Amino acid sequence: MCTIFNMFTRMFLPDFHEFHQIAYGRPINDRMGELKIEKHVKYILSVEKRKDDFVSVVMEHLRLNGAYWGLTTLDILGKLDAVDQDEVVSWVMQCQHECGGFGGNIGHDPHMLYTLSAIQVLALFDKIEVLDIEKVSNYIAGLQNDDGSFSGDMWGEVDTRFSYIAICSLAILHQLDKINVETAVKYILSCQNLDGGFGCTPGAESHAGQNFCCVGALAITGSLHHVDKDLLGWWLCERQVKSGGLNGRPEKLPDVCYSWWVLSCLIMIDRVHWIDKEKLVKFILDCQDKENGGISDRPDDAVDVFHTYFGVAGLSLLEYPGLKAIDPAYALPVEVVDRIFVSK
Amino acid sequence: MHGISRKTPSREEQDATALKAAELRDLQSQFLHLHHNKIYTKEALETSAKLLEVNPEHYTGWNYRKLAVQYFLNHQSETEVDSEYIQSVLNEELKVVENALKKNFKSYGAWYHRKWVLSKGHSSTDKELRLLGKFQKLDSRNFHAWNYRRFITMLKKISDEDELQYTTDMIYNNFSNYSAWHNRSVLLSHLFEKRGKGHCHKESVLEEEFEFVRNALFTDPDDQSGWFYHLWLLDQTVKLEPFLLSSWPPHGSSLYLSVDDYLDGRNLLPSVHFQSKDRMFPLILYFSEAVEGVNSSTVTVECEYYANDNVIWRPLSSNKFGFAQAWLTYLNFPDEVHYLKDCPVKIVVAPFPGIVSSSGISCSKTSHIEFSLCVPSHDRGHAEGQTMPRISWKDEKFYPHATQSQDASLHNSLQRLKITEEGKSKTSDWSMKTIANEIAHCRELLSSTNCKIGKLTLARLLMAQNKLISYGIPNDGIEVHYEEILGLYHDLMKLDPTHICYYEDEYSLVQLKQVTSSMESILKYCHQYGDSTSPSMDSSFCLRLNDLSLSRIGSVEQLLWIQMLDLSHNKIRSIEGLEALQLLSCLNLSNNKFCSFAALDPLRMLKSLKVLDISYNEIGAHTVDTRRYLCSSPMTHTVENDWNFKEFTNAGVEMINHWDVFFIFRDVNLIQLDITGNAVVNDQLKLFLFKLMPSLKWLDGENPN
Repeated sequence: MCTIFNMFTRMFLPDFHEFHQIAYGRPINDRMGELKIEKHVKYILSVEKRKDDFVSVVMEHLRLNGAYWGLTTLDILGKLDAVDQDEVVSWVMQCQHECGGFGGNIGHDPHMLYTLSAIQVLALFDKIEVLDIEKVSNYIAGLQNDDGSFSGDMWGEVDTRFSYIAICSLAILHQLDKINVETAVKYILSCQNLDGGFGCTPGAESHAGQNFCCVGALAITGSLHHVDKDLLGWWLCERQVKSGGLNGRPEKLPDVCYSWWVLSCLIMIDRVHWIDKEKLVKFILDCQDKENGGISDRPDDAVDVFHTYFGVAGLSLLEYPGLKAIDPAYALPVEVVDRIFVSK
Repeated sequence: MHGISRKTPSREEQDATALKAAELRDLQSQFLHLHHNKIYTKEALETSAKLLEVNPEHYTGWNYRKLAVQYFLNHQSETEVDSEYIQSVLNEELKVVENALKKNFKSYGAWYHRKWVLSKGHSSTDKELRLLGKFQKLDSRNFHAWNYRRFITMLKKISDEDELQYTTDMIYNNFSNYSAWHNRSVLLSHLFEKRGKGHCHKESVLEEEFEFVRNALFTDPDDQSGWFYHLWLLDQTVKLEPFLLSSWPPHGSSLYLSVDDYLDGRNLLPSVHFQSKDRMFPLILYFSEAVEGVNSSTVTVECEYYANDNVIWRPLSSNKFGFAQAWLTYLNFPDEVHYLKDCPVKIVVAPFPGIVSSSGISCSKTSHIEFSLCVPSHDRGHAEGQTMPRISWKDEKFYPHATQSQDASLHNSLQRLKITEEGKSKTSDWSMKTIANEIAHCRELLSSTNCKIGKLTLARLLMAQNKLISYGIPNDGIEVHYEEILGLYHDLMKLDPTHICYYEDEYSLVQLKQVTSSMESILKYCHQYGDSTSPSMDSSFCLRLNDLSLSRIGSVEQLLWIQMLDLSHNKIRSIEGLEALQLLSCLNLSNNKFCSFAALDPLRMLKSLKVLDISYNEIGAHTVDTRRYLCSSPMTHTVENDWNFKEFTNAGVEMINHWDVFFIFRDVNLIQLDITGNAVVNDQLKLFLFKLMPSLKWLDGENPN
């Protein structure tokens, strides 16, 4: 589910090619130095400047998501100071609307998807205080429906992605009491399936990305006991295919983005030891563009910012040396999350 | 980029995309201008349609079109309603969606726009199903299309039976269509719910489904789709109503409540003696699954000196929603009660339904537990705060449990751990028969192929059969197959090394089931602690499950009576479930694989715990804490907001590194703790622990005084 946060890339989908069969890897520690940190930093900073190529234009409407992916990657790589904080914060704030919600870019309509990214970016910089917390949280809380579900914006599309976004955003803002958490949890549970996973609406098929949203929302609200951890854990660990990569649903191809969606779930339910971590590390490293930086969905495909983020975040979840730890539920560095919740 | 090869584009290609980019940029800025100025002319709409055709994910583009539709419809209603006009406006929208989907049929925005248009009451069922048919043929796994299909069937009230037929067709077309199998489980769940009590119906449907899925499994045993569905069918087959599985004290036991300090030499028979300084006597009920609704109206406690109304049952789990497998209350004998001899206590569970599982099934069976209790008179003048010897877990401190005549009573009460007759759920022979049938088919399949999930399924089927047997369901003398199941998991570890830890975990659970399956077996692991030369003076009873390569714990319902437990030298990562062992006072978890203090969260609920050894684990050695979201913490909103670190930060403790220590150890009252051999240990942490637990006398063998 790379499309989970409105990723446009699936429009190029139909021409899948055979993925590489990759043999067993070496222990993770031997791989230190194989992650081209400097190149990835350079790549991310270059994407930020390249505003005129086709991909950047197509992505213009979700630039705030892009900012979150890029900046979080930089932070995990220990290079967040390579960007001008004030410039980013001021641009983020220009994406906010009167209603409190954020658009994906200046001039684009407000939506939950970008509101969470805005909050996460500000959290990275420890700049939550520039927000009118009351206003943003009222916008999010106002999108809860009677059945506990959340709409993405005023037009009413309902999806458990938005449940996650609402719960994660409000938790970061310490405003969870603005919504009915009990019905929100009930709605998520009504989307639980035969395989222990979750879909976007009741009856919808389980998908690794949707599992992240639902398991994440349940984690943040302290409700993970509702998850059959063994059943879901088995489904998730069976996402690992022979190449070491993870797919998002049974009988599908592996993709680096699932290193995030699947791994984060496995960690939240304490079943990550059920997969072969070293093989997955090797798969991700093999998806790097070692010359120009960036990570792609599969080896030798074209790189992009979100796969770079998912790859680096995945390696962080795999305890790759030299990376900052990322929190599997809030999708922010652990130190940021601990700062928000522990130091009060 | 998905499926796009990583190659440097040629000069011409670069120029072409630069041109395309410039055009799109121009189109997007034109569009935003129109949107911001609320211009809904024909030309303006065409601009937005063009934009959405190139970039179907442009959500503001879809919003604009919705605004335009609303504008037209509102404009209409002012004069007279021209249904043809409305029709044409909405038709135009459907066309734009179709064009966008042709470009990218995974576009959330496009699919939702279609739903939105349809909710305005337009388009025919046939037309939508035709469109879907086209898309689902192109990509039979597209979950947007399947979601849209469910939306249409609901909107147009297409029957579940018809849709079931559609999934059958899809599956016959390709057995590997997981989406279709999934939808089948959804539809059947609806049907089961709708037909409610038609149990026979459910059974015959499940039988047909087993046969249906067998076709797929035998055709391609390595395809996962059918196996997941098979697992769901298995779960439906063995679904029982919740019932009381075990209790402490066990039915028929007689106990002696001692008010001495622990390990005082009279503690020979753990299930016969129980010590408490406060004359508090714990009662534990353990159910077959997590339930809610255990309270003084569903469970009555009859005891001469105790009014049932005062009994408050607490769920033993860290969740705040009140579901738990184990429930706890205390009988508290007030000081006025002097000496009690053989005081009978009777517990009756669920005289009427009210105890409900998390899946909503009621416990409808009544269970009785009767035992007798001796309570000594208050204050026998035992000296408080007496120096207590440090517990050592060294092998030489343990000697095998000798079978003596006095064990008869121990033996007796263990035998009765399982609740007898009326507590058991009467499941029809059908479940047993169906499982046996599936086992036979699975064996047949495995005789011709070495299929991984087939083996796993056989192991699961055998475990399900064992479970039914242990619940006392008539089984025509079928034997329990622990060795075979262990063998299957052993094979799987070699066959599928990627998932070796999964099989190890399952293996451990089977192993513990086997260990706890009979008194003879448990006794093999029981030892006396203390000095073998004078057992009566300083001796205690310990269950030693050390050095068994266990990676996971289970079967705790058989161990509710344990006070001293040695789980050292295993590969255990989590102690989830251990909170049910409320009598536990000494616990050895050293030399395991615990990665964080958060992994010890269940200890918070063990109020009797005095001695803990967690030395030589991996606490502090990892950057990722897999128990972070399974423990009580501010991140999971599971701790009250009343905590304050000030006292500790003033003392120089870095709280941000040790919040988990705070939330776990502030609730336990240890006397002895061993933490050496963990990366996290330093002087600051030790100081913090002493500050957190004033009761602590030894930390890694050191005494602060």
